[in-house]
Amino acid sequence: MLKSRHLLGLDGMEKSEIQLLLDTARSFREILNRPIKRVPTLQGKTVVNLFYEPSTRTRISFELAEKRMSADIVNFSASTSSVKKGETLIDTVKNIEAMKIDMVVIRHSSPGAAHLLSQVLDANIINAGDGGHEHPTQALLDMMTIREKFGRLDGLTIGIIGDVAHSRVAMSNIFGLITMGARVLICGPSTLIPREIERLGVEVYHNIDEVIPQVDVLNILRLQLERQESGLFPSLREYHNYFGITTERLEKAEKPILIMHPGPMNRGLEISSHVADSEHSVILEQVTNGIALRMAVLYLLGGGKSEIH
Amino acid sequence: MTDRIKAQILNKQDMGRIITRLSHEILEKNRGIENLVLIGLRTRGAYLAERIQRKIKEIEDAEVPTGFLDVTLYRDDFRTRLKQPAVEVTNIPFDVDGENIVLIDDVLYTGRTIRAALDALMDFGRPARIDLAILVDRGHRELPIKADFIGKNIPTSIGEEVRVKMSEIDDEDAVNLVEVIDN
Amino acid sequence: MKFTKNIKHKHTFQALPGKFILKGARVVDPELNLDEKTDIFIEDGVIKSIEKIDTAGFDGEVLELDGKIISPGWMDMHVHLREPGREDEETILSGSLAAANGGFSAICCMPNTKPAIDTQEIILYIKDRARGSLINVHPIAAITKRREGKELSEVLDLVEQGAVAISDDNTPVMSAEIMRRALEYSRMVDIPVIGYEEERNMAGIGYMNEGYTSTCLGLSGIPAVSEEIMIARDILLAEYCGGRFHVAHISTRKSVELVRQAKARGVNVTAEVAPHHLKLTEDAVRSFNTNTKVKPPLRTEDDRLALLEGLKDGTIDVIASDHAPHSWEEKAAEYIYAPFGVIGLETTLGVSVTELLQKNTLDLNALIRKFTANPYRILGLKVPVIEKGQMANLTIFSTNESWIYHKENCLSKSSNSPFLEEELVGKPFAVINNNQIFKSIL
Repeated sequence: MLKSRHLLGLDGMEKSEIQLLLDTARSFREILNRPIKRVPTLQGKTVVNLFYEPSTRTRISFELAEKRMSADIVNFSASTSSVKKGETLIDTVKNIEAMKIDMVVIRHSSPGAAHLLSQVLDANIINAGDGGHEHPTQALLDMMTIREKFGRLDGLTIGIIGDVAHSRVAMSNIFGLITMGARVLICGPSTLIPREIERLGVEVYHNIDEVIPQVDVLNILRLQLERQESGLFPSLREYHNYFGITTERLEKAEKPILIMHPGPMNRGLEISSHVADSEHSVILEQVTNGIALRMAVLYLLGGGKSEIH
Repeated sequence: MTDRIKAQILNKQDMGRIITRLSHEILEKNRGIENLVLIGLRTRGAYLAERIQRKIKEIEDAEVPTGFLDVTLYRDDFRTRLKQPAVEVTNIPFDVDGENIVLIDDVLYTGRTIRAALDALMDFGRPARIDLAILVDRGHRELPIKADFIGKNIPTSIGEEVRVKMSEIDDEDAVNLVEVIDN
Repeated sequence: MKFTKNIKHKHTFQALPGKFILKGARVVDPELNLDEKTDIFIEDGVIKSIEKIDTAGFDGEVLELDGKIISPGWMDMHVHLREPGREDEETILSGSLAAANGGFSAICCMPNTKPAIDTQEIILYIKDRARGSLINVHPIAAITKRREGKELSEVLDLVEQGAVAISDDNTPVMSAEIMRRALEYSRMVDIPVIGYEEERNMAGIGYMNEGYTSTCLGLSGIPAVSEEIMIARDILLAEYCGGRFHVAHISTRKSVELVRQAKARGVNVTAEVAPHHLKLTEDAVRSFNTNTKVKPPLRTEDDRLALLEGLKDGTIDVIASDHAPHSWEEKAAEYIYAPFGVIGLETTLGVSVTELLQKNTLDLNALIRKFTANPYRILGLKVPVIEKGQMANLTIFSTNESWIYHKENCLSKSSNSPFLEEELVGKPFAVINNNQIFKSIL
């Protein structure tokens, strides 16, 4: 049973809770292969997707998951709303609550935005990414994909490559993977590795060739191009030459390495097209699993009155 | 909550005989195995379906397609139940269009589970006919649903429960009438 | 009288009874080595006697103060009053009421108003708004015009009209050259230059202390070193060209060490600390409560302990609230959009007693000095004392009473406090100054 009625992050979540989410997601995976990919579980429930940051993939994935659970959906994105006119998040949210919404999926550039909502709303809150803080559903679907391939998470070595300092995907993966007993290596330019991250139990590397021979999985982060403008690394060329994942680099490993990427990819920068499209890449399976995982989250948070216990 | 066993209704041998009889009745009504498919409801209905499949193989020397259905997501008590049931994997690896489905479950009670199962099956296609096979019918229907193949009718009171045990996941084969004690 | 006319609030300063006896309190004045349970007789606002009095047949008013402490009136030398400019958040009146409610009889107001306190006119405006008040309001003027860090303000003129110090508070003086000239120029009027110490290029994009917690929360960090290098720079400048350098809201272990070493070398440097840095650490940010968003940011437990050490050994001279009112609307925003700052006038006494006196970091005399003699001396003002013939300027408080800070008892126009609904030990009771009295409603 989940301890909270919200999914705000994986920091502090227990192993049994993560296990329940992953197990439930596996059951939902089957629904996606049915002729009619829809179950009536959330019939009559209304979910609002509050997207304060542009996102195509995550929003579509949540929307599909909600539709497949038969929820009623309202989409609210910053560009089409009153946010630009100076309405505060609290006002927007109070308005939404007055519309009797059951669940809120929120994507926002400020860490803690989902926490803020959970403090003022009765609805279940699902964090779809809050600034550089957490992106729990992405990390869960990553773990689901890894577990599907290896049958387990504990004892595996996972490399997380790139701009860890600004990556909510990396943070949620680290919280979750460490809890599940995996070994986590992070690797990137020293200016893109946040301070004291070793205290979370990860090992820090700056040479990708030392990481590759050790790992079962490489999760390659998207490089935000504006990081170069703020002076955190000198050029895309140098980044690619030292941290880009290419076939030549992977050939140095003795065993095949599972390749993951949360998308959208900068092909030819952090990952070569050849690697992205190789037989060991599960990047598209991540997308499919994302829907199943998000259905599981909706199911486990939205149904019943489990929070009474 | 604990159970207090009031009476054993079926033992291992009884259950074996009933499964044999149900298999024969299904074959008789369907006139063989043409277009016949079995779908067991998770959890114990699925094991029952597997046992009936094996029995039919003994009788007809042919494998009847058998699938498993989890109806958790179709239940009508999603918003009111205190505890959320775990979702198990549904596995129906064949086309149900035009088939004669025998839906198999262990206990028939209010009929709500069967209602959910019918809804779910409709999402998989358009079967020619759906029959219902049940190990125990304990009465107290809340919906207009009846079984076509019945192992045993057991009149019960509301305070009682019928507990089916199957050796696949329990320690024995047995059906008990129990009283649920709150403590 | 103009001051009292403007009061709309039901709580207001009261005229002191013509004949008034404060009875049975422990009277403590560290400057005079005074510490005894006695009575104080005040007539027309002036202390007439400090001795046990038989009140039988006395025709004035008597205030029973058993269990209370009377000290010289407390000063908060770091307050943002927001007037002129943001009167929705605080005014000179509401801030003065909050100060009195919190046990202060004097405050210094920082120059980051709109317009900034960089001309004689603004100083005169503030003094005019505060005329007749119980609270002595001492303006601190801007170091540079419009606090832009480019050209010095007319410091001599500003001091002439009553500015007690200069600071570009809320903005660091990024140019070492300007800071050097400020220190040199201010020597002529012997006022402190108060440094808001933050290397802005490093700290500019941060929201909280940089370290393990900021990594976990995904909030960009403000490194401790961004404060320390500015303090080091300004200590070296003061050492080179003279002048008095005062560090505002010191917050890190190394900053304390820098000041300690400079003092040992004889550099003319003083420092103040804010109460929230004494009670809270960066861990509080995990709640994403925007009332944990302050500058300098809440630091680590190690830094907090170093601040306590600094207070204890005298490296840190003053405790000042850095009272920074912000509207509810602004603070109810997302963490990264909410403004920095918390109010503190009403909780500084409670937090200080709770964290310092109750936990034996400071004794009562040392604690009182951090709010009385020390800030007054740094600002070159006459230190109030409890002496026959002096005007009664007194803070009356308790050190053992526990209480909870509620929004309802808050007289600031804003309520952005991290201590709302927190239990504190040590409570302001009343302040007396300028022949007026205010009894705290906390």
